[in-house]
Amino acid sequence: MFKYIPHTEAEIKEMLQVIGVKDIDDLFLEIPKKLKDFEFNVPHSHSELEIYQRFNELANKNQQLISFIGAGAYDHYTPSVIRHIIERQEFLTAYTPYQPEISQGTLQYIFEYQSIITELTNMYVANASMYDGATATAEAMFMATAKKKRQKILVSSTLNPNIKKVIETYAKYRDIQVDYIKEENGQTSIKDFTTKNSKDHAGVIVQSPNFYGIIEDLTPYRSVLDETKGLLIVNSDISTNSLLKPAGDFGADIAVGDAQALGVPLSYGGPYIGYIATTKKLMRKMPGRICGVTEDTDNKRSFVLTLQAREQHIRREKANSNICSNQSLLALLVTVYSAVMGKKGLKEAQQISINNTHYLYNKLIKLDTFEAVYDAEFFKDVVVKTTLDIVTLQQHLNKNGFTSGLHLGDYNKDQTQHLLFSATEKRTQAEIDAFIDCLEVL
Amino acid sequence: MYYDKLIFEISTDNHVGYSLPQSNIKPHTLDNTFLRDDELYLPEVSEVEAVRHYTNVSFKNFGIEKGFYPLGSCTMKYNPKINQDISNNPAFHLHPNQSLNTAQGNLEIYYETQRILSELSGLDAFSLNPYAGAHGELVGLMIIKKYHADNKDTKRTKIIVPDSAHGTNPASASVAGFDAIEVKSNEDGTVKLKDLKAQLGDDTAGIMLTNPNTLGIFEKDIIEIAKLVHEAGGLLYYDGANLNPLLGKVRPGDMGFDIMHINLHKTFSTPHGGGGPGSGPVGVKAYLKDYLPNPQIVKEDDTYTLKTNDKAIGQISHFYGNFGVYIKAYTYLLTIGKEHFKHIGQNSVLNANYIKESLKDNYKLPIKAICKHEFVFDGLKDKSSGVTTLDIAKRLLDYDVHPPTIYFPLVFKESLMIEPPETESKAAIDNFISVMKQVAKEAKENPDLVKNAPHTTIVKRLDEASAARNPRVKYRDLL
Repeated sequence: MFKYIPHTEAEIKEMLQVIGVKDIDDLFLEIPKKLKDFEFNVPHSHSELEIYQRFNELANKNQQLISFIGAGAYDHYTPSVIRHIIERQEFLTAYTPYQPEISQGTLQYIFEYQSIITELTNMYVANASMYDGATATAEAMFMATAKKKRQKILVSSTLNPNIKKVIETYAKYRDIQVDYIKEENGQTSIKDFTTKNSKDHAGVIVQSPNFYGIIEDLTPYRSVLDETKGLLIVNSDISTNSLLKPAGDFGADIAVGDAQALGVPLSYGGPYIGYIATTKKLMRKMPGRICGVTEDTDNKRSFVLTLQAREQHIRREKANSNICSNQSLLALLVTVYSAVMGKKGLKEAQQISINNTHYLYNKLIKLDTFEAVYDAEFFKDVVVKTTLDIVTLQQHLNKNGFTSGLHLGDYNKDQTQHLLFSATEKRTQAEIDAFIDCLEVL
Repeated sequence: MYYDKLIFEISTDNHVGYSLPQSNIKPHTLDNTFLRDDELYLPEVSEVEAVRHYTNVSFKNFGIEKGFYPLGSCTMKYNPKINQDISNNPAFHLHPNQSLNTAQGNLEIYYETQRILSELSGLDAFSLNPYAGAHGELVGLMIIKKYHADNKDTKRTKIIVPDSAHGTNPASASVAGFDAIEVKSNEDGTVKLKDLKAQLGDDTAGIMLTNPNTLGIFEKDIIEIAKLVHEAGGLLYYDGANLNPLLGKVRPGDMGFDIMHINLHKTFSTPHGGGGPGSGPVGVKAYLKDYLPNPQIVKEDDTYTLKTNDKAIGQISHFYGNFGVYIKAYTYLLTIGKEHFKHIGQNSVLNANYIKESLKDNYKLPIKAICKHEFVFDGLKDKSSGVTTLDIAKRLLDYDVHPPTIYFPLVFKESLMIEPPETESKAAIDNFISVMKQVAKEAKENPDLVKNAPHTTIVKRLDEASAARNPRVKYRDLL
């Protein structure tokens, strides 16, 4: 009858006979008649060829640009191997690994993923993934407020504004008060943090490298928080921890963030993958799936979802999070990326991105129309200020095949002439030079 | 076994699996105080070692292309290949922040997908921003909360959830800051109107329902229920996990639901991915449209753009949801088209009832009515051998069948919840029936064979208790 629905009329008839009804509509008799009568306006059934035609049409409405935007979604290179592995049907089409005997593949890569996340963050335990860095940060906030039984949280102003918005939404519905710490020269003001920190705050959320790409000094937090017994939550793009001292080294209670930069394609904003890693002490407060090691009846090492008593399907209304399984296939992607890149490749991809972003930055601020904003060590994002009209600039760059940077004025009315740029390892010197040339004529 | 090792255990110093271009750009050395002072410990493998490792890891998994997954409430249907090919097209892999006029194709995909979902569900607008079913539930409940708050109706703190509901329902209600009130349902999982009436009041924020419910029974009093809830000032939330049997037949919006989520990885065949990524679009009636999460994708004249709506619940995702997932759903929606939606509903229901009738002599069937997409057996009909639902599930593995959902819903002790999607042919269904009969026979004649199953899988039954007692959760814990 149809390629995805195999039944023939004869088979349907035979099956209806076994059921003991005459017509297939007899299977829907209990549904009130007036509910069955409706019109719906949807496209006709497309053949494969028509599908390709339709998507070619849509593709032509997009413009493929050479990207100089980062801001939480990085255009890193994804080795060919990765797509071939994650598209194996055993991974792509499998269900959540509730039946461990036939899900050892999924469980094993989750275990490897957890191992990689804990190595990069120097934390004790990681869960099997989160939707994205923003929602993961909100979940970390819930962990802290539940653990501390406090309804306030401190958040640094230098956090990515989209993550702030997500935190605010999640907080609002559970009556959690978000207090912001001021920024100073593009970094969290430690002075303001120390002043605002109190025994009413469950802890602090601070990002490094922060939204502006600046590497923050995370050293002062632990001792200040110890005085109020608050939790330290560090948000990082985990790829940066291939080089940078990770959350665990600063005594963080929760390390959280996005893992998109470990090989996950841009895909217009998703699917990406967030991570949460924490201490042994907080392990049972962590949301989401955790995979552990055990043995089977033959004493063979095997993997299984564990500590499930924390989760929504057991705790129901008493659960602190409603997270089920989520970004499993992305966890595989990150795992395979980390394996083929290895510790050297992971560092190299980030180091080249740092080099390229600095090269771009130094060229930009030499232009008459651009100037430096912050004087601080940055990673692979950097803020510059321009005298050019933002819309003209953007249109001019787009026309020449480039993106602009992220316009910070969209998030902060005091930064209407500020742009955030990034150049990953995918950008060549020639591309960066051409980009600068293109700006020079304005 | 060589291939049973972890990637860390096959690592060899200085093996590399990647290559990056050389550049003449001067390296920038970061301030030393920021750098790691430990040696990063990650695997070092060559490309072929990585490929062989993960290929062998994959062999330890079941998958839809291998066999049948009769998983209740999960709708494990075939995942068409073209969906993947379309989503891989680099023309759609844009940076989410590139200017909107250069991403009109992507925004049209978003807009058209939400439009078709609206048509199919009888609602007026959808947001594709929620990342998964549970995320959609949370968004839906936030909408309910914001709506009442905007009406200064702040004493509405209770969300009614039937005891047969998915675990995420009460959990989502709590996370959105509501009290989840569980109500007992009738034996067939349908709502007890009397109990519902007793619960409804000026503190009712809303009710979460799955229809058909987790026992596969259509809530035939739904119009009455909707009327009662609305009269009490509450909103109706539809958990879309069980939408598949209704496609093209009946729509949640017409039943009176105000809000719903759809699991695109279930009903619209984007794969489950071993547990994600999913996508959980949320739909609403027109009067709630402004409450959908920011950013909202809107069409102004002939241009698609983003809108931040002050009335919205807020932002719940970094960008615009799982684009890579809903582009697959859009492909699927176009493929099915107006002509075939009803065949999805019909044939999944046909498959379910056919299995139910074919196995009711072997398995205990507590609810005998015509079911929709799924139904529940309460274990074996003859339980004298002591063979449990868990044993049956494990024995099915030996026959290359993924077990049904087990021990859910909680209303029966030995629940085996079976959902055969429309993509399964009669021959595949007949094979499942004969395997189930064979297992019932074995349970009678050789119960130990079933109790000790599985026998053919690469690992046997696992000691789950010790995994939780002494958690070893990373490679270092094994050293």
